[in-house]
Amino acid sequence: MNLAKELFRGLIKENPTLVLLLGMCPTLAVSNQAINGIGMGLAATFVLVGSNVVIAMIKNVTPDKVRIPIFVVVIACFVTIVDLCMNAFTPDLHATLGIFIPLIVVNCIILGRAEAFASKNTVLPSLVDGIVMGIGFTCGLTVLGSIREILGNGSIFGYKLVAENASTILVFILPPGAFIALGFLIATVNRLLKKKA
Amino acid sequence: MADKKLPSTFFNMVFVLTLVSVISALALAFTYSKTKDPIAQVALKRTQKALQQVLPAFNNDPTVEKYTVEGTEYKDMEFFPAKMDGKFVGTAVQTYSDNGFGGKVLLMVGFGPDNKIINITVLKHNETPGLGTKMADAKFKDQFNGKDPGVFKLKVKKDGGDVDAITAATISSRAFCDATDRAYQGLLKGGKK
Repeated sequence: MNLAKELFRGLIKENPTLVLLLGMCPTLAVSNQAINGIGMGLAATFVLVGSNVVIAMIKNVTPDKVRIPIFVVVIACFVTIVDLCMNAFTPDLHATLGIFIPLIVVNCIILGRAEAFASKNTVLPSLVDGIVMGIGFTCGLTVLGSIREILGNGSIFGYKLVAENASTILVFILPPGAFIALGFLIATVNRLLKKKA
Repeated sequence: MADKKLPSTFFNMVFVLTLVSVISALALAFTYSKTKDPIAQVALKRTQKALQQVLPAFNNDPTVEKYTVEGTEYKDMEFFPAKMDGKFVGTAVQTYSDNGFGGKVLLMVGFGPDNKIINITVLKHNETPGLGTKMADAKFKDQFNGKDPGVFKLKVKKDGGDVDAITAATISSRAFCDATDRAYQGLLKGGKK
């Protein structure tokens, strides 16, 4: 397996946020600041890697008819671990991400990768898949979060770029701005991919 | 692939799902026991930091001496009495409003012995970034400092009160006033000891 190629696949070609368009709910909701994007992305990456590995390990003892409930139990277990750990060790980030951490359980990227990849592959490729998909998700969220934070709040990672009272394009940190920014971002990625093909 | 998979018999399904659930439960129990103390400490630290911000210097431990007030309207509020060498110097009230633009708003309001507001700090909110979040900025919240709610009406000017609302965030400002007023009413209702 070619690692660079895998990375390219997760980051660009099959980027979960920008190309596969999975997990739109947290993408739109928490991407109003770059730091939220990173936090959410890393939390989801941890869950993705953990659940991918475990599901790949137990795939042969998983009866087909109950595979979805089993996947959900495994995923929910990892999500709760992340939730507890973030609450204990990164309380501020946990406070901002709030309800979206527990909601990783129903994030379709994770169940989607479990079903489409981990349940059909061995442990190592599943691990790599979890990592590259997680990186793709994190990058997508961070880029979107940065764009919205710069345009809407005039800052990046909390550092002010403009004067305190300068007027910014407020709509970008409000929910409609998420749709607008995401639309342009997806269009850009599509354009770039088309050129390459 | 499919041939080495465990067949979906009733026994297999029940057995595997139970096993997976039990293992998950064990993993969670372990994580919970490891994170319980740090989480409790974080919460305590947050409260203590807020207390130091809204109260004058004190040397007792208000988190130990905290008390609540009877009456349904005030039962979710916590009162933290502050003392300096045994002398009462003020009470911090953890108060809330359900009328924020994004749901619940939690504040810590410090009152002096004369019931004047000393300082307010925002514990938790879900307001719109860039608009309602300004409630935590000094420009808005410091207008309450040193005011006596018996004289200073805790309502935004639009509603006939004395509070300058945040531009474009009247609802958040109202919630802030609502929470502060609730703290004051609770304090009058016997919140003082």
